[in-house]
Amino acid sequence: MSRLQVEDLSVSYEGSPEPAVSGLCFSLDRGESLGVVGESGSGKTQTALAIMGLLPANAKIGGSISFDGTELVGASTDLLNKFRALKIAMVFQDSTAALNPYIPIGRQLGRILLEHSLCKPGEVHDRTLAMLRKVGLPDPERQYHAYAYQLSGGMRQRVMIGAALLGEPDLLIADEPTTALDVTVQAQILRLLQELKEESGVALLFITHDLGVVAGNCQRMLVMDQGQMLEEGTTREIFASPASDKMRALLAAAPRITAPGLSLPETRADENVLEVQELSVSFAERRRFRHERLQALRPINLTLRKGETVAIVGESGSGKTSFARALVGLIRADGGRITFLGKSLPGLINARDQASHRELQMVFQDPLASLNPAMRIRDVVAEPLRVHEPRMKDHGSVVEAIMGKVGLGPELLDRYPHELSGGQAQRVAIARALILKPKAIICDEAVAALDGTVQNEILELLRAEQQRSGLALIFITHDLAVVRQISHRVLVMYMGRLCELASNNSLFSRPRHPYTKALLNAVPQPDPTATAADALLTGEVSSILNPPPGCVFHPRCRHSVAGCRDKMPELTDHEGSIVACHRAQELDLSY
Amino acid sequence: MIAVTRAIGHIRQNRTVTFCALLLVTLALLSLFGPWIGGHSNIAADFDSRLLPPALTDGHLFGTDELGRDLFVRTLYGIRITLFVAVVASLVSLGIGVLYGAVAGFVGGKVDGFMMRIVDGLYALPFIFFVILLMVAFGRSLFLIFVAIGAINWLDMARIVRGQTMSLKQRGFVDAARLIGVPTSRIIFRHITPNLLGVVVVYTTLAIPQAILMESFLSFLGLGIQEPQTSLGTLVNAGVDHMGSSSWLLVIPGTALALILICFNFLGDGLRDLADPRGKT
Repeated sequence: MSRLQVEDLSVSYEGSPEPAVSGLCFSLDRGESLGVVGESGSGKTQTALAIMGLLPANAKIGGSISFDGTELVGASTDLLNKFRALKIAMVFQDSTAALNPYIPIGRQLGRILLEHSLCKPGEVHDRTLAMLRKVGLPDPERQYHAYAYQLSGGMRQRVMIGAALLGEPDLLIADEPTTALDVTVQAQILRLLQELKEESGVALLFITHDLGVVAGNCQRMLVMDQGQMLEEGTTREIFASPASDKMRALLAAAPRITAPGLSLPETRADENVLEVQELSVSFAERRRFRHERLQALRPINLTLRKGETVAIVGESGSGKTSFARALVGLIRADGGRITFLGKSLPGLINARDQASHRELQMVFQDPLASLNPAMRIRDVVAEPLRVHEPRMKDHGSVVEAIMGKVGLGPELLDRYPHELSGGQAQRVAIARALILKPKAIICDEAVAALDGTVQNEILELLRAEQQRSGLALIFITHDLAVVRQISHRVLVMYMGRLCELASNNSLFSRPRHPYTKALLNAVPQPDPTATAADALLTGEVSSILNPPPGCVFHPRCRHSVAGCRDKMPELTDHEGSIVACHRAQELDLSY
Repeated sequence: MIAVTRAIGHIRQNRTVTFCALLLVTLALLSLFGPWIGGHSNIAADFDSRLLPPALTDGHLFGTDELGRDLFVRTLYGIRITLFVAVVASLVSLGIGVLYGAVAGFVGGKVDGFMMRIVDGLYALPFIFFVILLMVAFGRSLFLIFVAIGAINWLDMARIVRGQTMSLKQRGFVDAARLIGVPTSRIIFRHITPNLLGVVVVYTTLAIPQAILMESFLSFLGLGIQEPQTSLGTLVNAGVDHMGSSSWLLVIPGTALALILICFNFLGDGLRDLADPRGKT
């Protein structure tokens, strides 16, 4: 018997001409997993909210959603409340927003049990603890009393899954449950969901934009675009022969780490744009009674050549953003030297001269935040000219030229940033960075917030500019597929230290540091036939205030030996790859 | 600019705010041109018609005071002075407060500490004592009232703007501007200040009633506007003497004062809803 049956579902909003969802039909059985895929605005979250009965009051819903024969469209709040905890549960993308910051997580979960009279008051504590243990929360007795902010993103998401499963639902809806997480943690959460599904037979409705996640976790999938269902079928079939153009486009745009890099522009080995020597960063951290130095970045060296792209990857807290911000002078470095175009650069931005402002630019992760909301796009893009070329007469034509280059029409010039889409805003930010023809741009997660197809366009844009002008790029990202696509060399960081620095091809075909290998294994492949990687990282990043002795990675390393606990490995050169691992010589981690 | 265009759109939507804004504009226009229409002089005494009650027929719509002066004309004069003092004092405090707060918040560190300690010090001054000192030292004048009210009002504005600036400073677009090499003064004027506009507009509409109250309070104590010039506060003060026998002398200017205060408060509330970033776009 079919558990969830959705027929001709439509969702529309007053005042908007296009329905958010229309004519959607699908069914989902117990023990099955269905992936709903589409770009932002395709209606996938609206579908989930409709099933949960959580649509806002101004939404109009049509069609039918039945669960075990009970109609949910137009059902009373009482009925829906009963269904929501005990039959259908949901895990949200933003676990910070979904947990109450004022109540310890154990008590929050306990309240769910009490609210639905799922157990006697005396058993609440034990039941909650058992659930926390089941979802793999480390040290559950202690975390029971923790507040949401004290947990890492991965741990919060485990708690959310635990909360959803307390009522032993038959259907679990997961709305982008891993989008905000690092790849390694994402892999752990996905595995947990799979295990829970096999154990309890719960049906999974997986909403995601990431084809890799669908390929590895869903038997069936459904492709949505602009509120319409384009196709539905088994994941293998759709990946093998997609029927719709949209799915073909999504597949083509899906980032893969197995694909060889595109033809990258030649680098000029003789011309160094940027040299970083022993750059280090620390922050003062106040803990209870004393001050401690948090060593965010250990001394690190890097040389960037003309026309070269160096990618910096690592989990959150690896020090990659501190590195970028110290490089451009937004935060004070503890020590080290930065040489840019042959001249030594002062540490802080205010002490740097106008010439270096001109030649070294940065593009930020959140395009909307990096554009002044009170300025028109025209003024945003022209601002570098006003500062650096005050005597130039015709700013307007230069601005229009650069806008054309990044693929934006002149009609956007008089708009304000909040009237743009994410992709358009990031193009504006790139136009602003390019307008003075800099020698180097530092991109801090510059494409992380964008949909796959838009992401590809932005990367292509940067690559074309590199080809034309010999622009040097430092690309900070947690997305290895992006790294594969655009970088000449890759720098892998862990807890403020360099793990491995290697060329693109050798890093992806023959990683030499176990951490690099673990990162690569954790990337979900947009290929349902790929065998799941077994060597997943366990645990989470150690506390940077209290780093483990010896090699900082050894507590999570599958290959660690006794010696790893004694001292931090030196950087050594292995056929051009620079690696910090005691066993780099003996281990063979190649694919 | 964006805040202003949005504000106008929002004012149109909200009936209460529209009504209050229109009422204030009407009162302001009346106070400017009304005395001509009223047909009576503001200051000329007429001892034949003292303490006449309000009536439609004898030409004294709101009646007369103990010197036979037409209360309609005097109330309009009062509104004029009261609005003038309030708006000018608020604008003065706005100019000083925004600049001071933005600089303190943006520069930060020791400069911020020093500037804000000055603000704390001024807060600690007892207001009435301060005014009396000023009056004793310089004699009474309209200008001194501006100084006194402005000197107190800008402190709040400076604190609010400083707080806003400190949070704006953390935003990505300020980092982006610094990386381009935009000079600090230009960052403050082009990037910080326009984004403060929403908060500042709201706070100003809320500061105006505060200034009105202060002026009325000073006038009521006899420290403010002096006869024969008048403000609503002075009129209320005079009305209190005749509360028992000729209540209109208190009720009419009092009502006008209350009306203006309520209008500004509603206006401020409406604008505050709008400045909330989670509000409508």
